This record gives sequence, C-alpha cells and structure tokens, in this order.
Amino acid sequence: MIKFVLMVNRQGQTRLSRYFQPVELSRRAALEADVVRCCLSRKKDQCSFVEYKDYKLVYRQYAALYIVVGVTDSENELSVYELVHNFVEVLDKYFSRIMFNLDRVHIILDEMIQNGHVVETNRSRVLAPLTALDKMVD
Amino acid sequence: MPAPIRLRELIRTIRTARTQAEEREMIQKECAAIRSSFREEDNTYRCRNVAKLLYMHMLGYPAHFGQLECLKLIASQKFTDKRIGYLGAMLLLDERQDVHLLMTNCIKNDLNHSTQYVQGLALCTLGCMGSSEMCRDLAGEVEKLLKTSNSYLRKKAALCAVHVIRKVPELMEMFLPATKNLLSEKNHGVLHTSVVLLTEMCERSPDMLSHFRKLVPQLVRILKNLIMSGYSPEHDVSGISDPFLQVRILRLLRILGKSDDDSSEAMNDILAQVATNTETSKNVGNAILYETVLTIMDIKSESGLRVLAINILGRFLLNNDKNIRYVALTSLLKTVQTDHNAVQRHRSTIVDCLKDLDVSIKRRAMELSFALVNGNNIRGMMKELLYFLDSCDPEFKADCASGVFLAAEKYAPSKRWHIDTIMRVLTTAGSYVRDDSVPNLIQLITNSVEMHAYTVQRLYKALLDDISQQPLVQVASWCIGEYGDLLVSGQCEEEEPIQVTEDEVLDVLEGLLVSNLSTPVTRGYSLTAIMKLSTRFSSVNRIKKVVSIYGSSIDVELQQRAVEYNALFKKYDHMRPALLERMPIMEKTATNGPTEIVQTNGETEPSVVETKHLPPVTQPANQANDLLDLLGGNDVPVIQTTMPTKPASAGGELLDLLGDLSLSGGPTPAPAPSVPTSQPSFLLDGLTSQPLFNDIATAAIPPMTAYHKNGLKIDFTFERANPNPNVAVITIHASNSTEADMTEFVFQAAVPKTFQLQLLSPSSNVVPALNQGTVTQVIRVLNPQKQQLRMRIKLTYTLKGSPVQDLAEVNNFPPQSWQ
Repeated sequence: MIKFVLMVNRQGQTRLSRYFQPVELSRRAALEADVVRCCLSRKKDQCSFVEYKDYKLVYRQYAALYIVVGVTDSENELSVYELVHNFVEVLDKYFSRIMFNLDRVHIILDEMIQNGHVVETNRSRVLAPLTALDKMVD
Repeated sequence: MPAPIRLRELIRTIRTARTQAEEREMIQKECAAIRSSFREEDNTYRCRNVAKLLYMHMLGYPAHFGQLECLKLIASQKFTDKRIGYLGAMLLLDERQDVHLLMTNCIKNDLNHSTQYVQGLALCTLGCMGSSEMCRDLAGEVEKLLKTSNSYLRKKAALCAVHVIRKVPELMEMFLPATKNLLSEKNHGVLHTSVVLLTEMCERSPDMLSHFRKLVPQLVRILKNLIMSGYSPEHDVSGISDPFLQVRILRLLRILGKSDDDSSEAMNDILAQVATNTETSKNVGNAILYETVLTIMDIKSESGLRVLAINILGRFLLNNDKNIRYVALTSLLKTVQTDHNAVQRHRSTIVDCLKDLDVSIKRRAMELSFALVNGNNIRGMMKELLYFLDSCDPEFKADCASGVFLAAEKYAPSKRWHIDTIMRVLTTAGSYVRDDSVPNLIQLITNSVEMHAYTVQRLYKALLDDISQQPLVQVASWCIGEYGDLLVSGQCEEEEPIQVTEDEVLDVLEGLLVSNLSTPVTRGYSLTAIMKLSTRFSSVNRIKKVVSIYGSSIDVELQQRAVEYNALFKKYDHMRPALLERMPIMEKTATNGPTEIVQTNGETEPSVVETKHLPPVTQPANQANDLLDLLGGNDVPVIQTTMPTKPASAGGELLDLLGDLSLSGGPTPAPAPSVPTSQPSFLLDGLTSQPLFNDIATAAIPPMTAYHKNGLKIDFTFERANPNPNVAVITIHASNSTEADMTEFVFQAAVPKTFQLQLLSPSSNVVPALNQGTVTQVIRVLNPQKQQLRMRIKLTYTLKGSPVQDLAEVNNFPPQSWQ
C-alpha cells in the first residue's frame, strides 16, 4: 500500500504532498524534511530504494525534482518505481511544464492512486475527466 | 473588494520570497484576505480561495478555517466547486474532526448524481477518508455502483469497497455477490481494482480465501492473454502490456496458492511462461520477474520451477542496475533457508557484492554470505569476509566480527586456522568484538595443546605491533603468562621461531601496565601474567619488584592483586610453584544462562596432580575478566554473560568436586560473599585444610520464630535452593494455640528492594485451633546482593467471627540464611 507521495525540489521545498494514511500536520513537516534529507544525500549510483523506519522509500529524480513514494514492505519496489515514471509521463502529457497548477496535479494523482492503491495507469483514461473539466471551465 | 488573485499568481508570488519570514508574511496577508472573503459569503470566488488555502496548507500553515467552506463547495451544483470542495475535504478533513459527518448526505446525493464524474468524485472521497459510520451508511450505494456497467465508476467503486472493508470488516459479505463477474471485464482499470479488492478480501478472511480459490483458472487466463496478446497501445509500457496488472495478478495468485496444492499446480505453467518469456532489458520486465520469483517461492511449486526462480535471481545479481541487485539480494535472503543448495551456486556473485559501494547492498550481501557459509567453502568465504571486515564501515564491524566467530567455530577446518582467523579479527576489528570473545579464545587456545608455542609467538608479535586493541592485548598477556617459557625457549614447529629474552617479555608486559591505552581489566591481566612468569622465568627479582610497586597502586583491583602476590612471595613461597602451574584443558559444558555467584570460600584440593588455582579474592565479582584471570583464565564469567560455560554450581556440585577430582566440571569462580575479611591467609589456609565452604553450604540453617502474638505463632524454616544458592526457600508454619479456628488466614510478606520475593500458595487458609495442625506456605527469596534479609509480614484472619489484621517486622533471620 502506498503511504504517501511527495514531490520535492533540490532545496528541499515541498512542491506536492499527498498522504494516503493520515499523518498529523505537525509531524508532516518533520517527516518530509527527514525523508528528503535521506534521498538527497544519496549518490547517483546508489539504489533507489531506501529502508526508512518501518517502511520503504522509492525515489526517482527528474532534473531538479525528486519524487518520493513511501510504501509498505509488501509492495513490489520495482513496480512502484515504474509507477512513478508513469505518473511523470501523465503529467508531461498534460502540462507543457509541470507544477504551476497544483489542484490539477492533485486531480491527476487522484485518478491514478486512490486510497493507497493504483487505480488506473492508462494515460488517456487518466486525463479524460480532466479534459472534460477543462472544457467545462472554458 | 478586488477579485482575489488566482492560485497561479499566488504560487508565483510565494516563490519569489527569499526568506522564511517574507514567505510567512505573504501567506498571512493572503490568509487574511481569504478569511474576509469567506465571511462575505462570496460564492463566485470561494473555489479559488479554497484552492489557495490548500496550497498554503501543503506548505505547512494552518488552514482549519477552510473546512466549512469545503463543505459549502461540495454542496454547490457547479462541478468546479465540487471538485475543489472534495479535494479540500480529502486534504483537510479526516475522521477525527466532527465536521466530516456533515458530508455524508452530500456524498450520498452525489453518489446518485447523473454525471459520472461527480459520482467518481464522491467515491474517491469516500474511499479516502470515510469513517466507519459513513461507510456503514453508504456501503449499499457503493455496492450498487460496483455492479454498474460504467467502467469508470466500477473501478472507483472497487477501491472504495476496499476502504469500506478495511473500516468495517463485517460488511465484507455484502460485496461478495458483486465480485462474481468483476473478472470478466475487459477494461484494465476495472480488472486492476477488482484484483486489489479480491486481494484485500482474501487477506482479511480465510473463508473468502477458500471461496476465491476457484477463480485461479480465470486469473491464469487473464494473465495469459496479457502476455500473449500483441502490442496494445493503450497499456503498453516499454513493450510489455500492462505490467501493473500483471504484477497485481501475480500477487493475488501468490496469496491464493500459498498452502494449497491444487491451485499451485494450476499456476505452475503460467508462472514458468512468465518467467521465461518476459523481456529483461528494461526495469519493467524485471519488476514482473521479481514478482514472479516471489510467487514461486511462496506457493507449493515444483522444484524445477524453484530452480528457475533462483536462477532468475542470480541473473539479477549480475545486472548493472543497483536496484535490481538490491532486490535480488533481499529475496535470496528470504529463500536461503529453504533452498540452500540452489543459492550456493551464486555464492561468488554474492561475495562480489560485498565490495559494492552501496550501503544497503553491502549489508544484505554480508547477511547472505554468513548464511551461505558451510564446511566446504569456509576457507574461501572467510578470506573474503575478513577482507570485508578490514574495509567496511564501523557500523558493520560488530556484526561481521560476531558472524565470523560463529562461522569459524562451527566449521573450522583446523585449529591453527581457527586461531589465525580469530587473531586476524582481533587485530583488525578488535575494539568492536563482543566481550565474551576473549574467554572463548582463551579456552580455544588452551584446548589446542600442540599450538601453544605457535600461538604465543604470534600473539607476542602482534603485541609488539599494537597495544591499543584491548581484547587482543588481554588474550596475548594471558597467553604470555601461561606459556612464556615456550616463548623464551624458542621452540615452535609451525613458524620460524623468534628469539626473545625474558627481559624483553617482561618489558612488554610492564609496558602494558603503564600504558594509557590499557583499561583496568587489561592491567589486571598483565599483572597476573607477570606473576605467573615468576615460576617460568628465572628473573624473579624483577618480578618481585614490579609486584611490590603495584602494592600501592590507586586502582583497588591492582592493589589487591599486588598485595596478594606479594604475600605469595613472602609467606607462601613454597606454594607458589604449585599455584602458578599450567592451566588444564578447559571443556565447554552445555549450560547456558547467567551464572550466579557461588557460595564458596575456598577451592577444592585435588590430590591428583593437575593444578591448584589461585584463591578467589573477596571482592564483588563484577569484573568477569578479572575473576577469570585470577583463577588462571577460567572462562566462567560471573554474572550477566550468557556464554555456554561452566555450570553455575550450587553447594551440591562443589561437594562433588571434593570427592571427584576430574576437573572437567571445572572449578567454579567464587567470590566469597561477605565472609570476614582477613584475606589471603584465611583463604590459603582453606586450601590446605578442610575447605570452609563445607560448613557454610551444608550446615543446616536453624529455624526461627518470626511472629508470636495472640495465639498465632509463625515459624520459619530454611533451605537452600538447589541449584541456585542465592535463593533462600523459607517455609512458614502457622499454628494456632487459641480455642477457635482461625479462618480466612492470609499471609503476606514484603521485602526491601534489593530482594525478590515469590510466594507460593498456602496449604490451606484455616489454621486449626489448639495446635492441632499447621498451615504451611513456601516463600522463595532471591538475594543476589547477599544483604541482610528483613521482611515485613501482614497477617489477616478471622477469629470467632471478627476479622483480625496485624503487621510485624521480622529482623531476626539467622545469618546463614542470607549469606
């Protein structure tokens, strides 16, 4: 089960955070800082899976952005690694450049991961409600 | 009031802030604007404001004032409003707030909305943060949606059902009929989520598990279609169609086939097919293979398949990608217990991974290497592991050192190799080894008689190089003390003998005594070693001088030893040679557990040659090494260490030693407890005359009267517990000299903190009148510190209908009961 999804930049600022298991607000900042420190300090040739407390972190770097996913032990790490890449591809398809529209990203994330499990991985199907939404707004 | 800024602009503005304070200021300003806008009940811009609020919440600022606004948004009719409202609900609310219950009605209406997107929103939110009450209320709706033909809704409903089941497990049966045709869907999204739903149900309830076993053929078919079907652009990821679904199905198959032969058999083919046909050039293929391997390992697969799985893992190990190697090592660790031989084949690759740069890979490789060591490969593996020990980080050294010791003990091909290995570990990682390795090594050395000369020579050389590693120094000084004569005489078959003079040896040992690097324990070792050399070397005067210098040392330990050794020189010179003779071979006995302080005062006097041992010194036996050395390296650590060593002896065993002179049982270390303190003479007398402990251990302890009042008399009788002499077993006898019975008699006792008390059940709780019978009860008192036993007792009983209660203190315990 996926516990959380974080997007952080090189300086450690959180760009997106989504928790699928409730975590108190006060603890979130500390958790994010800790997780980020863990991932940022790893070198290029180290593996992308880190054991952190009682769960695992799978992280992937895209230019200046790190995507970190916290998963329970029972998940297939390589599969989650692929999922991260899938997510980035969806974002790529929708936005010309990522990140300025936070609520849209949340919507995409909702379409892909619900309640800690993967719902849909097909790019076009994920983006269908969003395109409908955009049409409604315009 | 001007229109509130859009979210995009807000983000841009905040990003321009250069300091934390600036950012906070901007956010506060914006928060104030949002709050006033909320107060104005402005419908048009509410959505925008809440979106901004969510962004600020993500940055860590409090946003609870937006919760009600989210609810208002959810209730609105516009889709954009609903969207943001639900998102806000998911992010800001959870079941701990009461506000969320207000959403229930909204969600219910939305679940029946005409637009599928709205229904989807509601399902998503319910699935994320629905509380158990909400789930109970809305489960029916979810179940209805699970049966619709709309695939968009169906997949969301499935995951929502997962959440409902998690919150309210009793509702699982409700979803059972809906799952019947979930798997016949074509839509992959629905398939995926239904597999998740089935997995969740199977994990939660074994009945469901057996029910769903019949779905195995269907799952196998779906998987087959996925692999065999050609290129499908919809689900393709790097050439493999829908790997996510494949992985999920494999996991469900794993759960279904776990202990079931039939299902496992049905799966064998497809697993083999997946394992062989999947392309491994990309990460995707490897992900699928990983899951396949895990499944093969868990179900009851045939051996051919298992070998295939392990080969896949072996191939992973050779892959350049770190992730894959890590994953392979982890799975091999899980399987090494069951498929040991198959994993052995990949031993060389695993050993190569020890040299990897990545910390997690190194740790896994180390654990796996230790698991793979056996009698055949011990030499090669040990070489690699020792090399690893040299170069690894400190956090690994302790684990590696203990692992090396264990492996060497189990599989050592020869004694010399064993000693060499241990010495190597001590020289490279000496400060990280566990404390009990020193006595272990000493015992090993004494046991290998033919290696004594070689050992002492090597240790001496090591000592010349480096005196900072304490365990090594301790072992070396002990050996030099024991076998110094071999060292000086220069006989050694195994190696080139070195020429050492007595003075040089004494120089080294004295150097240890004065060096800053030596701990007090080490100093104790070296002083005793010097003393032992007095019988083996000829330069006795020098030794006498050294010993007398330390008679006034500040360290109590050293001082005591030096004083006693001095006494040996002066008054008991005739005994010195016998005392300081060579140690016999020690055998390891099987008893484990902490050895307790034993009640002995003296040592047994064997009339067969062997050895006498140095008298135990009366001091608290807190330094295991210390005692160890005094007794000539007897490797029984007193207290706390759990080594397989000599049995904790009780009085009975010592009695045996008196009669039975073979020392294979080993002498027991004995700090005599608070026995009168005029040391050496008293104890040495004990050596030649009848051992005193005889009296102490076997004398009966006189009974005593603890309480006598109002006709109730309580007597205590004592016994020593066997085998634990720290435990005093007290039996109370309560008797009643009045004319009426004492009923409901309860005896309670309390002891000071340093003791432990255990009260067993009484024989009865009626004390018959006129001394016609007694009530007995057994108390066990553990007295590890040998302090004076005191007890406070409380008695309650009913005499002639009226309850009586009394407290008393018992201080008159006979000294033998607690000594």
